Formats: sequence, structure tokens, C-alpha cells
Amino acid sequence: MLALALQHGAETAAHAGASAAEVFGSSTAMWLLAVPLLPLVAWVLQVCFGRFLPRQGDWLPTGAMGVAAVIAVLHFFKVLAIGDPGFNLAHELDLPTWKFFFSDPGLTEGLAGFYAGILYDNISASLLAMVALVSFLVHLFSVGYMQGDSRYNLFFSNLALFTFAMLALVISDNLLFFFVFWEIMGLCSYLLIGHLAADKEAPKMSAAWASMKAFMTTRIGDICLFIGMMMMYEAFGTLSFTGLYDAVQAHVDGNGGEWSAWLTGAGVMMFLGAVGKSAQFPLHVWLPDAMEGPTPVSAMIHAATMVAAGVYLTARIYLMLSPTAQLIVALVGGFTAIFAATIGITQYDIKKVLAWSTISQLGYMICAIGAGGVAAGLFHMLTHAFFKACLFLGSGSVIHGCHHEQDMRQMGGLRKKMPITYLTMLVSTLAISGVPLFAGYYSKDTIIAKTLERSMAEGSFVWSLPFYFLVAAAAITAFYMFRLIFMTFHGKPRAHCSEHAHESPWTMTVPLVVLGALAVVGGKFWLLDPLGAFSAGGEWFTNLVHDPHHFVDHDAAHHAHVGAMTASLIAAGSGILLACLFYLWKKLDPGKIAAALGGLYRLVYDKYRFDELYNATAVRGTMVVSAFAAWVDKTFVDGLVNAVGRVMRGLGDASAATDLHVVDGAVNFVGEATVAAGQRVRRFQTGRIQQYAYFTFAGAVLLAAVVLFRVI
Amino acid sequence: MGLSAYLAVSALLFLIGLVMVASRRNLIYVLMGLELILNAANLNLVAFNRFRPGGMEGHLDGQIGAIFVIILAAAEAAIALAIVLNIHSLFETIRPDDIDTMKD
Repeated sequence: MLALALQHGAETAAHAGASAAEVFGSSTAMWLLAVPLLPLVAWVLQVCFGRFLPRQGDWLPTGAMGVAAVIAVLHFFKVLAIGDPGFNLAHELDLPTWKFFFSDPGLTEGLAGFYAGILYDNISASLLAMVALVSFLVHLFSVGYMQGDSRYNLFFSNLALFTFAMLALVISDNLLFFFVFWEIMGLCSYLLIGHLAADKEAPKMSAAWASMKAFMTTRIGDICLFIGMMMMYEAFGTLSFTGLYDAVQAHVDGNGGEWSAWLTGAGVMMFLGAVGKSAQFPLHVWLPDAMEGPTPVSAMIHAATMVAAGVYLTARIYLMLSPTAQLIVALVGGFTAIFAATIGITQYDIKKVLAWSTISQLGYMICAIGAGGVAAGLFHMLTHAFFKACLFLGSGSVIHGCHHEQDMRQMGGLRKKMPITYLTMLVSTLAISGVPLFAGYYSKDTIIAKTLERSMAEGSFVWSLPFYFLVAAAAITAFYMFRLIFMTFHGKPRAHCSEHAHESPWTMTVPLVVLGALAVVGGKFWLLDPLGAFSAGGEWFTNLVHDPHHFVDHDAAHHAHVGAMTASLIAAGSGILLACLFYLWKKLDPGKIAAALGGLYRLVYDKYRFDELYNATAVRGTMVVSAFAAWVDKTFVDGLVNAVGRVMRGLGDASAATDLHVVDGAVNFVGEATVAAGQRVRRFQTGRIQQYAYFTFAGAVLLAAVVLFRVI
Repeated sequence: MGLSAYLAVSALLFLIGLVMVASRRNLIYVLMGLELILNAANLNLVAFNRFRPGGMEGHLDGQIGAIFVIILAAAEAAIALAIVLNIHSLFETIRPDDIDTMKD
């Protein structure tokens, strides 16, 4: 039992200027809480009454999200106006803190309760605005896209719960509450990926499998995260982020600057949670299959929620990661980036290409954080959210326009028929490819620069790997994204469905335009300062969020930046050029290359056969173990239980026999003996009075004989 | 004539009464047999008192007892005859063999 007590107990050390306190009114905490609570209320109402509302209540979560997005964005602008890298709202205001304690009074003494509150710093502020905005646009898009779905109302309620969990996660100030919302998201991803599996007209079984796969795969990571959390709590007695930062720092300082091995272990454990949630190698297998969900769900999972949560977690635990753990994080991220990108080249399903692209881009973010570029990783997460949401919603628009055809080989020439979709997707593709002036350029460039800086600082071979991985992945990204654009929108229509394509309604194009615009200016507000567009620095996010550690001095950082910019520009340019050669100008035939590569191409096309590997090992292994467990259960446990049963039954039978024969026999014997005696004795009771007289006389004679002759 | 003669007569009387009680087929005769048994007892009482060692001077216990028995017998006869009368009105008979409702 947990008792809940609201208390205003945060310290009020106003070490920042009075300006911040003036910008944020005393009711700020309530406004911030309203952001996650609005979708929560919408969810409750939608679940209870959605079916009975006009339009099945789709306006309710959408409207709630709209209000939440306005609040979140307005507060974000306030943070942007302050522009203080050390900004944390808890330093400016009394934020409400909830104290949980066990109802056992003996325990409260020792534990002193568990505190949970709101964390609103630059990272939270940016993410809250991004998540609320993208989620709102996805809601709006779904109004058009999900029209005619048999479980329309439930789709919106699940979407609202999903958004609530992500928004609440972003402003949680401790790992425990973080974990709670993390798990709610796991549930929602399961429900939404499997949404079509419960369709009333045409249940889609592949969606059911995909949702189960997503749930089970992320569960592995979640368990690891929980173990890591518990290790931290056991060691430091707190789960609040700031508390853990201080405790870990103190522990390392107390250890002479050395990181204990178990701290590395705990950090890697927590990171494994992010590996599951953000679909990093080797737990990446669920994300492409998650494409079985409706397209808005894909956009939501890939941009605003779920996978973003993993990156956010990695950024939050960065200060608890030892250098070894950081290397592991960077290598996992870097490897995932290039590994997923190669698969992206070979896929034909438009959504699958985007899915592998997401895994690859998440690898970038994770790698950046591992390399110490927390700001770079989160920055890429924000810009990626805009252009990837735009790409997914654009692909949804294409699929919608092509009557639910997803194979790019059936498309082509959609440029003229769907101009808005084409333009917004082109802009987003330019952004994800890292073309200058677009949002992705700034963030990706920062990431590559960070990995190069770290590689220079560490000077070891393994630390240089992430840099090479990421540059190679940048080229591949540009290639497969332009392949997607060319195959879908250029050339001539290759099938009936793409000949009769049509542009989507306004609820679908408006989100596309908004996200497309953000894909242009989301990185740097270069429209305000066109001359600074190409220079390094000046990105709003890296001004706002600073990396906790600097591994090289200012000059070296500048050199790294120039080198990284050159490398990434060359990579992007060559990737785009290659895509043009293959798919726009048709100078090269991709089929011939694929045939020449033969087995290697098949291997990549089959996603390196990881699904088969996991089916053969993990799934089959689990099946074998459970079959063995079932056998043990049936043979030994059931046998034992049955044996006990048989013994008990035997004892019961013996007891029954004893009762029947001994006890009943004794009782019956007494009864029968009495009856038999009665039968004998009743002969004397003739009822004849004179016979009685004889007996009396005989008795008297007998008595006399006894007395006289002492017979007895 | 000594005590033995009285006792012999008394025993004879007792036996006659006993046989009457046991074997007569008329309740009236059974009652008469009972009277004989009582009188045999009376005779014994009187005889034993008469021949008590040391003479009967000042001792009339036996005679008094006999008088009591006679009174008792009178009362008994009255009640027994009333019972017989009732039995006759109930069973239309005074044969003791036929009156066996006590059996069950």
C-alpha cells in the first residue's frame, strides 16, 4: 500500500536570474501537468463513451492533444527565450513533489519515503514540445487515414494513452516513474501494432504476430532496465535522476576516479532497456514487423514515442555510464546505424524501407550519446522526429492514395498526382540525407563531429569505428532514401493502383506540410540569418543543451567539425548521385548488381536472417525449455501430486474399511446381541398371568434352594 | 401334636392354593387359591408363635400378624374382585389364558 501525500518541498534556491522566475508564473507546474493529463482524460472519456459520441469521438483525443501541444510549445518558447544551458525549472519555482511511503510506519523511518516530481529542463522542454506537436499531427492525420476502420474509437483511445505515457515519461524526474510510463508505452505499442489483428471484417493475423514480437522483444530490454535500476537503487537508495548523478559522481570520486565494474554493468543493463525500446542491434527485429500496424501508428512509434524513449533514456543515464559502457553504447549504435542501412537498400515495401531507416537513424542517436554527444543525439532525435514523422505520414498518404498498396515496384509517377505529398516527402528525404539547409544536416553533422572528436580524444581503434560506421551509413542513407523517392514518385506508373492515385484530404496533408516545414527549419533558424546557414554552431538545440563532458579543446573541436562536415557532405552527395544513376537516369541496372552479388544480396534482403536465427535459437530454445518444463511438470510434479493423492486415497479407503467393519461392526454387534437377547427373553413374556406365577414360584424355589443348600 | 403337624397342614394348604392359582381356568378360583395361600401363611405365623421357645406368655406377634394378613386379604379380595368384574366387562371372559394383551 502506498500512501500519497502532496508536499511542496523542493528547495527554492533561485540561483538563476529573476528573469526566469518572471517568465514562469506560479501556475507553471499545473500547466505542465496538464500536458500529459489532457490525453489521459481524453483516453478515459474515449474508452468509456467514445462509441456514443458523434464521429466516434475522434475529435476528443485530437482536440486534447491540440491543446496539450499548444501548452507544450508555448512553454518551450519561454525556455528558448531564457536560453540558459543550465536551466531547470526546479531551481526557479516550487514544484510540487509527491511523497510515497510504505504504510508500514516501521519502514518509513528507514526509507524516508520515495519522492516523485516534475523534471523540466531544456531537454524535457524540447522533447515535450516535439512529442506533443508530432502526436497532435499524427492524431489529426489519423482522422483521415483511419476513416472506415471497424475499431475507429479504440484506435484513438489507444493513441491517446500512448501519447500520455510518452509525455509523462519525458517530465518524470525519477527512474521508477519513468519505468512505469515506459511499460505503459510497451502495452500501447502492443495494442496499436496489433490494431488490425482485431479488425471485425478482415482480421490480420500477421499483425497479431508482429505485436507479440514487439512486446516480447522489448520485454527483454525492459527486464534488463529494471535490473539496472534495482542495482542503482540498492547501491544509492534513490532513483531520481539528479540524485543518481550526484551519487554516481561521489562514488567515482571516492574510488579515486575509477569506475567500478558493477557500475559499468548497471549502466549497460539500463542501456539494454534502450536497446529493446529503440530497436538497436541485436533487439532490432521487432521494429520492421511493427509496420503491420496502421501507418499513423508507425509514425508515432518511429518519431514521437517509443523509440524516442530509448534514446531519451540513454541521454538521461549518460552520466551514470562508465567509459567502458559508453564505448559499448557507441559501438552498438554505430553498428546498428550501418547494419540497418544496408538492409534498407534492398527492401521494396515503402514502410519497411522507412522502418530500417529509423533503426539506422536511432543508431546514430545512440552512438552520439555513447560518444559523449548527448546534445547531438537528442538534437538528431528532434529533427528526426519531424522528418521521419513526415516521411511516415507521407508514405501513409501514398498508401492511402494507392488503395493500400505498399510495394514500391507497383508505384511510380506519383509526383503529378500527389504534389503535396511529393514535396513534403522530398523535403524530408533531403533532411534525412543530410543535405545542407535542412534540419537533418545540422544534427547529423553534429553527431559525426562528436564521434570524430571522441575518436581523436581516445586515440584507439575501437573508438574510431563509430565515426567510420556513421559516415558510411550517411552515404547509404542518402542512397536508399532517394531510391524510395525515385521509385515512388518518378518515372511512369507501373501498376493500375498508381495510375489512379489521388491526393489525400486536408486532415492528412496539413500535418505533412507542418512537419515538412519543420524538417526545413527544425535544425537551425537559418531563415532569420541566411548567412549563417552553412557555418557550424548557432543551432538552437546545441545552444540550449550542452554536453556534460568535453573531450577535446575548442580548436580540436573546430577541426573535427570541419572534417566531419566534409566527410558527411561527400557521403551524402555520393549516395544521392548513386541513387540518381540507378533509379532516375537508369544508367545502371540494380537488378544486375544484385545478381552479381548473389548470395550476399539474398542475405541482406533477408535482413541477415536474424529472424531465422532468433526463431532457431531464442524462440525454439524457449519452446524446448517450456516443453521440457511441461514434461517435468507432467511427469514429476503431477506424478508427485498424484502419488500423494493415491496415498491419501489408500488411507481413506483403509479408514473407511475400519469404520465399516470395526466400528460399525461393534455398533451392529451390540445392536444384534441386544435383539438376539430380546428374542430369547421375550419367550418368558407370554402375557399369561398364570405362567408368570409358575415362574415366580420357580424363582422362589430356586432362591430357597440357594439359601438352603448354598448352591451358588 | 407338635409344630410339625401344623406345618404339614400349612404346607398342604399352600400347595393346594398354589395349584389353584396356577392351573384354574377361572379368575375367581385363582383368587380363592390366593386366599388359601394367605391362610397357609397365617397358620404358620400362629403356629410358630404358639411353639416359640420359652412359651408364648406375653408374646402375641404371630397372632397379630395373622390378623393383619386377614385384614389385608379382605382388602385384596375387594380390589381383586373389582378388577375381575372390570376384566369381565372388558373382555367378556374371566379365563386368565384369554387375557394375554400384556404379551405385546
